[in-house]
Amino acid sequence: MRASSASRAMSAGLGRRVLRKPIAVISGFVLIVIVGGSFAAPWIAPYDPLEQNLRIAKEGPSLAHLLGTDSLGRDILSRLMFGGQESLSGVVVAVLSMLILAIPLGIVAGYLGGVFDRVILRVVDVLLSIPGTIITLAVLAIFDNNMVVAMVSVGVLASGAFIRVFRSATLSVRQELYIGAARVSGLSQARIMVDHVLPQIRGVLLVQVTLFAAATLGIQTGLAFLAFGPPPPAPTWGGMVAEAASLIQTDPWMLVPTGGVIALTTLALCLLGDALRDANQERFTLAGLVGEKVVKTTAPPPATPSPRLATAADPDDEAGVPGAPDALLTVRGLSVGFGAAGRETTAIQRVDFDVSPGEIVGLVGESGSGKTVTALAVLGLLGANGRITAGSVRLGSDELVGMSSAKLREVRGARIAMISQEPMGALDPSFRVGSQIVEAIRAHERVGRAEARTRSRHLLEAVRLDPAIASRYPHEISGGMAQRVAIAMALAGRPDLLIADEPTTALDVTVQADILELLRTLQAETGMAVILVSHDWGVVADLCSRAIVMYAGEVVERAAVADVFETARHPYTAALLRSNPHGAEAGTLLPTIGGSVPAPHQWPHGCHFADRCPLVTAECREAPVEMVHLDGDRASRCIHIDELAEAKV
Amino acid sequence: MSVQPILEVTDLAVDHGSGRRRKRAVDHVSFTIAAGTTLGLVGESGSGKTTTGMAILGMLPIAGGSVLFDGRDITGMRRSERRALGSERQVIFQDPYSSLDPSKTIGYTLAEPCRIVPRERRLSTAEIADRSAMLLRRVGLSDDAARRYPAQFSGGQRQRIAIARALMLSPRLIVCDEPVSALDLSVQAEVLNLLLELQRDLGLSLLFISHDLSVVRHVSHTIAVLQGGQIVEQGPAQQVYEHPQNDYTRTLLAAAPVPDPREQRLRREERQRSRTMERTQ
Amino acid sequence: MARLIVTRLLLSIVLIVISSIAIFFLMSLVPGDPARTILGANATPDAVARLQDQLGLNQPLLVQYTTWLGGAVRGDLGESVFSGDPVVTLILARVPVTLSLILLSTIVIAALGTGLGLLSAVRGGPVGTFLDAISLVGLALPSYWVAIVLVALFAVAIRIFPATGYTALTDDPGAWLLSLVLPVAALSLGGVTIVAKQMRDSAMDVLARDYIRVLRSTGVRERTIVLKHVLRNAALPSLTVLGLTVVGALTGAVFVENVFVLPGLGTLVTQATTSHDLPVVLGVGVFFTLFVIIVNLIIDVLYGVLNPKVRVQ
Repeated sequence: MRASSASRAMSAGLGRRVLRKPIAVISGFVLIVIVGGSFAAPWIAPYDPLEQNLRIAKEGPSLAHLLGTDSLGRDILSRLMFGGQESLSGVVVAVLSMLILAIPLGIVAGYLGGVFDRVILRVVDVLLSIPGTIITLAVLAIFDNNMVVAMVSVGVLASGAFIRVFRSATLSVRQELYIGAARVSGLSQARIMVDHVLPQIRGVLLVQVTLFAAATLGIQTGLAFLAFGPPPPAPTWGGMVAEAASLIQTDPWMLVPTGGVIALTTLALCLLGDALRDANQERFTLAGLVGEKVVKTTAPPPATPSPRLATAADPDDEAGVPGAPDALLTVRGLSVGFGAAGRETTAIQRVDFDVSPGEIVGLVGESGSGKTVTALAVLGLLGANGRITAGSVRLGSDELVGMSSAKLREVRGARIAMISQEPMGALDPSFRVGSQIVEAIRAHERVGRAEARTRSRHLLEAVRLDPAIASRYPHEISGGMAQRVAIAMALAGRPDLLIADEPTTALDVTVQADILELLRTLQAETGMAVILVSHDWGVVADLCSRAIVMYAGEVVERAAVADVFETARHPYTAALLRSNPHGAEAGTLLPTIGGSVPAPHQWPHGCHFADRCPLVTAECREAPVEMVHLDGDRASRCIHIDELAEAKV
Repeated sequence: MSVQPILEVTDLAVDHGSGRRRKRAVDHVSFTIAAGTTLGLVGESGSGKTTTGMAILGMLPIAGGSVLFDGRDITGMRRSERRALGSERQVIFQDPYSSLDPSKTIGYTLAEPCRIVPRERRLSTAEIADRSAMLLRRVGLSDDAARRYPAQFSGGQRQRIAIARALMLSPRLIVCDEPVSALDLSVQAEVLNLLLELQRDLGLSLLFISHDLSVVRHVSHTIAVLQGGQIVEQGPAQQVYEHPQNDYTRTLLAAAPVPDPREQRLRREERQRSRTMERTQ
Repeated sequence: MARLIVTRLLLSIVLIVISSIAIFFLMSLVPGDPARTILGANATPDAVARLQDQLGLNQPLLVQYTTWLGGAVRGDLGESVFSGDPVVTLILARVPVTLSLILLSTIVIAALGTGLGLLSAVRGGPVGTFLDAISLVGLALPSYWVAIVLVALFAVAIRIFPATGYTALTDDPGAWLLSLVLPVAALSLGGVTIVAKQMRDSAMDVLARDYIRVLRSTGVRERTIVLKHVLRNAALPSLTVLGLTVVGALTGAVFVENVFVLPGLGTLVTQATTSHDLPVVLGVGVFFTLFVIIVNLIIDVLYGVLNPKVRVQ
């Protein structure tokens, strides 16, 4: 009982989303009209489909005959309505026979695996290599043009492909941890398949049903077109196309309504399938954006956000501050938005920092802080969806914001390079490791293949790898090796600045230590500057000399790493560092911040940390807080720095 | 602490794959968890720590050894008996996004474990709803969360829900498989606090699987270090963490960077020294 | 690689046997007497008995199948019930027509589908919208209807191409090509749109991958990224779809051959079905199975060439 009410709630979710799509509504309406018109034909059709009147034969559309008449003067509309019954019920028969076979077999193969899977896959292989058309024709030959049997065989023969589809959908659901949790609870396999797997693949199922129905309609009408099916004068959609074909010289009009109704039905089915697929994908992702402000009963009510003000790039006292004369990279007032122009969601705003030649700077923050977006914006690699909405990024004397893509290409690799979080994903799986390094080398230097290969060997040696690895494919090497290869590619253009986006997060600790060591050595050897994006304070403490702390899209603190750990000058940094279990007494409760990082559309007008800050006052919420410069070349975005220093134990 | 350990694993062996591709993933693993305490299982990827956890939960077949749950051997148990155990041991997974069925309300997810309880002891629908609401409040969420879907919660909140689900049948052992690895530092602290409080209040026993030594040290009473499917060192948490006896444990400890620049520099130099010594040997 | 081909070939033989058994036994499931059905209600019992004898229907099923299989191995698929010609002769005479139709369509589908899909993934905007519109039309219109309209437009209204009929390649290559333009167009429309859609989806998926961003960050030219990395990686899923489309073209060929009155296997099997000529239907069935298996084998081999993970195994 509970199960059914819960799954009803969810189908309503899918249904509502589908209904919100105009295309789906129109397609559904068209289908209802066509199906309804066909099956209600005996009552609502304007004429008897068999009634001949040779005086009005082959006429175009008129008020009396909306779609015209055929060669015997029969009303085309009425004939289409009656003919639809045959075609549409044929489709239903085929779809049902497909589903009866494919759903259980697909789910069992995917979920139980093992012997079941192997046997079912063999059966599928056989089904897929049997030519369906021939069997269907043979069935028609044997069963004396019995369309129902023919459509059953169409469904059975097609089930092979759908068993595969449902199997792979099930396979991906089986990986989900809630299946594991249900198994630990002791739920039986059958229960799990019905309660958890089936609802999950329902979206896929609906999409496949609509597409298969569209394909089947083509086959059904095609067979009727070839005169397999009810004999004349009974009306069929395919038969009417065949009749139109024979009249092509004298009355081409008849091709339009006959082909039209088939095309319209197919089109509606396809569009409905597409809409269903989109709705199914949105279903679980969009919901998260709506109800973020939930649940924590202790959290104070969020301050009324004023998005227009908050997202605008406020004039900042620092925007005018020129970069240090010897700075390699100067970022000023950088803001980035995602989404359609004019309505974009701000991801970072008013970001300022400098990087000097040869220093390693840590860009630290939790998820949602905007640290990765900042790094990508510097490289101009935000993707199609994101744009720099304000600010400047100067590399040496060149402004990168607004630079042509051809010029940016020359900067990338040669002056700024990047390594990313997932070492495996960073290499193209289809090409050998060596050829990818050679490609990176030849992107900037006109060198011959042989010379490029020599340099690639040197690069591999530089990252402490056996040069023989060049002939391997990415899937043949470990994650740590892949990250070294990625570093070699980044070094290929001899960059002045390396942006390392969480370079060790996906690696084991011992491998992480080696990679950090390698980065340190390479930095010392080449003298390049490094921006290390990380959430891990340990990694920052290990490698960086300066830290830039970000929270909710803004820089909140900048200081030498030693100073940050000694005395954080922003309440957020201080609280975050205290919540680390390292150094805490084992088994005691850790100090926590409370609340959660606000999403961009919930950013307060004033201090972004105000809702979670122990030192918050009314003043904090009034206006955007500016960076306050402190001695020792550090800065903090807080107006209560003095209180913080006192509160510090 | 009671005399009878809640879990006693002896010479556990687990295989991966089947037929010719069969490979031993875990071998000769032995440990005990005293009632009301936490055992931290540490290791890198491929060390067999998750495999061990899954075997204890009965999700992977056991190839050898014995697993005594509260004195009863679960390796030779019939399915019905093992299912009854479902109420006494539960699990919390790493990924809070895939551990809740996105198409089911939180209320449904919480009620699900109750459905396997034999009819005569099963709670009524109203009782289940009461208990769900109580547990949701206990893990720091409001009780109207039961009507919502997982997509409406953040990662930390989902992990709280997963903990509430694990508590529905008042289990005595919870296997926590990297429960905070996917969470941000500040959220991690909240979830760790919750686990510590629950253990204190309910007397839970935990098998805490993680790659993060500082987290494991913080929550565990004893620590076992796994490498290549075998335990290389185990003992009281403080002893293993501060005076490791095994080389691999030392390597592991030295490799994890600590959030303190001065201490980290010393560790780094120490690590380099030991590496050069290794090389010269 | 060689091992892959050999194992696939061995597997194919098994598959042919299994699917011929499937076809054979399916046909034996017929209620009533096939000979009676074939000859109609007015046939004399004598004639029915003779046909039963000729078809071997009065023998046990297993004997029927082994007899047929024994013949099939020696290249003898029996005789047509009506003309009395050997089935193999009938089929071989018509293979070139169907093969020309399908090969040309495959080339058109692969080239146009890949090109359009890649273009719309990279350019997006109007090209994507155009492709969407075209693909909807391509999917919605049944191939035989498109064929009729093509005839009406290009063979009746403006006489550029022959409306019907087929000229052998060996007779006149130019006329051969002309006679196939319209059928190939009708047959490939649906396939082009399916492959293009798949290509676009997988190319967009590849474009969002980390390694594309890494390549961009090393300053590799966008052209190289698209034509080398995106094409290569997006080709894999598209190849599977291409295989399915080519197999599906067999069904389309049956309809299209009928519209254009091409003397291929499609028209042969349609006539045989109408006249209940079971040995011919069965023969064409075996031949089509062979074709499907060969297509799948080619796709598997190409997949292995393109995907290093398969190659190594």
